Amino acid sequence: MMQAEYRAPTSVDEAVGLMAGSGGKGRVLAGGTDLLVQMRAGMQVPGLIVDVKRIAEMTSIVQQDGDWRIGAAVSGAEIHDHAGLRAAWPGVVEAINLIGSKQVQGRASAGGNLCNASPAADSVPALVAAGAVATVQGPNGRRAVPVEQIPAGPGRTSLAPGEIVVSLTLPARPKGSGDAYLRLIPRTEMDIAVVGCGVNLTLSGHNCVAARVALGAVAPTVLLVEAAAKALIGSTLDPASLEAAAAACRAACKPIDDKRGTIVYRTKIAGVLLKRAVAIAAQRAGKH
Amino acid sequence: MSKIHVTTTVNGEPTEFLCNATDTLLDVLRDELRLTGAKEGCGSGDCGACSVIVDDRLTCACLMLGAEAEGRRVLTIEGMAHGDQLHPLQKKFIEMAALQCGVCTPGVLIAAKALLDRNPNPTETEVRFGLAGNLCRCTGYDKIIRAVMDVAADQRETAR
Repeated sequence: MMQAEYRAPTSVDEAVGLMAGSGGKGRVLAGGTDLLVQMRAGMQVPGLIVDVKRIAEMTSIVQQDGDWRIGAAVSGAEIHDHAGLRAAWPGVVEAINLIGSKQVQGRASAGGNLCNASPAADSVPALVAAGAVATVQGPNGRRAVPVEQIPAGPGRTSLAPGEIVVSLTLPARPKGSGDAYLRLIPRTEMDIAVVGCGVNLTLSGHNCVAARVALGAVAPTVLLVEAAAKALIGSTLDPASLEAAAAACRAACKPIDDKRGTIVYRTKIAGVLLKRAVAIAAQRAGKH
Repeated sequence: MSKIHVTTTVNGEPTEFLCNATDTLLDVLRDELRLTGAKEGCGSGDCGACSVIVDDRLTCACLMLGAEAEGRRVLTIEGMAHGDQLHPLQKKFIEMAALQCGVCTPGVLIAAKALLDRNPNPTETEVRFGLAGNLCRCTGYDKIIRAVMDVAADQRETAR
């Protein structure tokens, strides 16, 4: 590996200053489970490594007025151990916990999973379905960005030079809400999604009054599928509405053929996972 | 470029070392501190042969920079036994022959310890998921899983 400089700032301002002064050579180190592998492979040659794990705001989970704010560098293992967050957003937590092994969970973060910008990132469809908003800070200050607007393509984000994702906020939602994330992999563990589907919905009695649906690994970025949500909202989640939502998911797919799955297979599975994820989210919604 | 001075704790001992920014914790453990129990299998976090516990969290030493160890507590396989007294997992692995070539064994033992420290009463499924990040090309896993289940049962018996 080429020689670089390592810094571990204790504030976001300092981290942003370091990134801004790095002439584009700075890379944020959160869990490092992508960055270190990419450095080893020569895909990334940072001149400056900015370790953000000494920044309290980026390594804490805070609940405020029903919102949950997850620091971008909080590890999957810490998220797993947070009983309150797990009860409030089981789908999001499960999705984050599907990333890699226990070893990887000890380090990997939701912020890193988002900024690595893989179309198959497990946490991202769940975060998009949750309506999560990223707090982004850069040389020009802070802005709030819906999570679905961060990935720009495989390995690319919409972040401006010097910008850092500081935290992810899951917005408060009414009673009767539930979320779920399902992915298809050919094994039971330690694999990359062939298709991933996140669903977040709110029930009033038997009626679905709010819904968001997101798909992973079926397009260059994770997709927010508004047409699928529209098919669910106002329904009782009856078979015809579920089929309409599944059809909307299939129609949204723009996948590639690769060793993990064909275009035809991925497209069909997107609809299947939608129906199954809705069933889990609805069951959870009924309990709240 | 000047080296980074890191002050940390390894296996309970205050430890200092110098490293480059891009040296991994595994590089430092093996090449600077001469703790060669953790192995480099893949270098990409897939095989678990370099498993260590950092501040009570299981991690791959190849996926962490040496510089990140500043102020942390690192436990490696070398710190698992108490003097001459092997850890119950180590004893059981020998007793039940839960290893063959041994390259994966330090990582498996550390991961098994991390699992039992958090969950003293795991199901077989939980043990299998808990060790899913450790690849073994010899044993077929069965003896490893049974050894870990056996230690958990022994420890529950002792705790009674």
